[in-house]
Amino acid sequence: MQHKRKFRNWFEKIIEQLLRFSGALTGITILLISFFLFKEGVGLFKTSAVEEGYGLFVHANNPIQQLSPAQTKQIFDKEQTHWSAFTSKDDSITVLRIDEAVVLFPSGSLGENYSLLPQKLDSLFQQNENIIAFLPEQFAPKGNASKKLNQGNIQWEDYFLDTVWLPTATPVPLLGTLSLVLGTLLVSIFALIIAVPLGLGVAIYLSELAGARQRKWMKPIIELLAGIPSVVYGFFGLVVLAPLVQKTFNLPVGETALTGSIILAIMALPTIISVAEDAMRNTPRAMREASLALGATHWQTIYKVVIPYAKSGISAAVVLGMGRAIGETMAVLMVTGNAAVMPYSLFESVRTIPATIAAELGEAPAGGAHYQALFLLGCILFVFTMIISISAELISKKNRVQSH
Amino acid sequence: MNKKSSQKLAFGIFRLFGILVVGILFSILGFIVYNGIKVISWDFLTTFPKEGMTSGGIFPAIMGTIYLIIGSLIFAFPLGVMSAVYTHEYAGKGWLVRFIRMMTTNLASIPSIVFGLFGMALFVHKLKFGDSILAGSLTLGLLALPLIIRTTEEALKAVPDAYRLGSLALGATKLQTIWKVVLPSAMPNIITGLILAVGRVSGETAPILFTVAAYFLPQLPSSIYDQAMALPYHLYVLATSGTDLEASRPMAYGTALVLISIVLIMNFGASVLRRRLEKNKN
Repeated sequence: MQHKRKFRNWFEKIIEQLLRFSGALTGITILLISFFLFKEGVGLFKTSAVEEGYGLFVHANNPIQQLSPAQTKQIFDKEQTHWSAFTSKDDSITVLRIDEAVVLFPSGSLGENYSLLPQKLDSLFQQNENIIAFLPEQFAPKGNASKKLNQGNIQWEDYFLDTVWLPTATPVPLLGTLSLVLGTLLVSIFALIIAVPLGLGVAIYLSELAGARQRKWMKPIIELLAGIPSVVYGFFGLVVLAPLVQKTFNLPVGETALTGSIILAIMALPTIISVAEDAMRNTPRAMREASLALGATHWQTIYKVVIPYAKSGISAAVVLGMGRAIGETMAVLMVTGNAAVMPYSLFESVRTIPATIAAELGEAPAGGAHYQALFLLGCILFVFTMIISISAELISKKNRVQSH
Repeated sequence: MNKKSSQKLAFGIFRLFGILVVGILFSILGFIVYNGIKVISWDFLTTFPKEGMTSGGIFPAIMGTIYLIIGSLIFAFPLGVMSAVYTHEYAGKGWLVRFIRMMTTNLASIPSIVFGLFGMALFVHKLKFGDSILAGSLTLGLLALPLIIRTTEEALKAVPDAYRLGSLALGATKLQTIWKVVLPSAMPNIITGLILAVGRVSGETAPILFTVAAYFLPQLPSSIYDQAMALPYHLYVLATSGTDLEASRPMAYGTALVLISIVLIMNFGASVLRRRLEKNKN
């Protein structure tokens, strides 16, 4: 008997530890997520700005020391053809890529596996002081006519403050995320501009005006709206809304920021409605009745008593709606057209952070600069949503304190 | 404007908004059902896509989604229920509980694409599962975890304390009380949460993009280390990147209808179950 009880105690202890372990495991999931996200993401700033294994070479007498990614792009896209734009040297630029270099020489003259290429390249540099060459390290010119530009690592200013996102450009990828961040904010904020008045209107209707029976069938309908998968919203937006927007505003294409905002507004509605409605319904009956007894109309009671009372709940609703909109991926990916350019108007195509990740991660080689840049975008998104979630929590906590 | 007419105007606008929101839902549903119903047939549900996905069916996508539902919940359901039992029945008010609660709330607010990134970094690359049902299921399971924990906690909260005290007074241990008294009476509510999680998991696209989803597979996956097709991703492919978008449009409508039916049946089932429980209790 004693023996049995001992065993039972022991067994209970084990189970309790097991339960505690699963609790702790779910608790640390979010820490794991942030750890992996940041681990892959911050590696970006330790990655060379030029593609791994390649280098930029100029003539040894060229005074230039370093080129920014944007300058490099200008040179290789032939938008800048003169050295004077970057340095004291006053000559036009000769651009050389490896494939162009190889065909300059007779096919037999380069030796086995192009082993003679480095010497040949050096002779090229001797002849022309104005060359800038983008070459694999293994074929770096042998001799002292050239020098390698010290391009350093990817800079955080270029990542956060630059607006051009061309992650697959050679010789240097341009990883400016500002246009993506602003695109995300534009689409989400405009979605809120549509969804907040609409959602609050419906919340007031449900909590103050609708009868019990109406509420009984309207609430499940709004829950259904929350249950529809985002890819279905995206599909609907693509085949119905985009053509509609195109026709209404007479645009060349229907996949615009506006289309994305409308779809996001619909998707954010259920959150806004249910949180705001809960807050309004929590207004004590006594307060409403006091207001009505003083001769206020029903409507005056709503906007002078109920809404001020539910203020923090309503703010939490708006903030949570924002969270829903910022993180939404598939629907936005399908309807905004995804041009990674600075958003100047609602009627142009934009690209958001989640859509960029979804569209490009599949093609980015694991561990490369592009891959890391996308993970860092994930970090930005993560930080955004954490701020939103925590502030929503703080706001509703304040409400609880007030009401006591 | 006097008090009466401004009230009339305001209430009119709110009523209009209400009608508008209901109208939006019905127009989306109506559109999908109207266009999709023409495509649905036994063959559509049980054959593979043919001719560059412009005809044939969506059988592998349906099966893939079923595998993912089972795979993710096999792992998320026990874990979620156990951690909810811990926080609600055992832990009292210590820092660990506060920490777990806070983390679950925040977990629920993380965008699904971030789960996808995490799943790719940890399961696909770090643990070397590759693009596989295993990696996809674990990723989706994490996504469903907060939902399961929250519904389970609510279910446990709804069990009257008298049950627990009665059981303990009869000499049962804490574990016996939970296992024989608390869990059985909370079970229907917990199952409601499980059903909601099925709906959630079956509709998610972003987490499976880089962890499991395949554009097209000529046969069903044969192990948990294989890739699989899935309904939401299949719809995305049909709508945006098929070989012939116009020709595959009917297939897309059909897929959308099947997907939406699964999700809505799950949600509807859960709410019917919940309502029945509430009625029984009264």
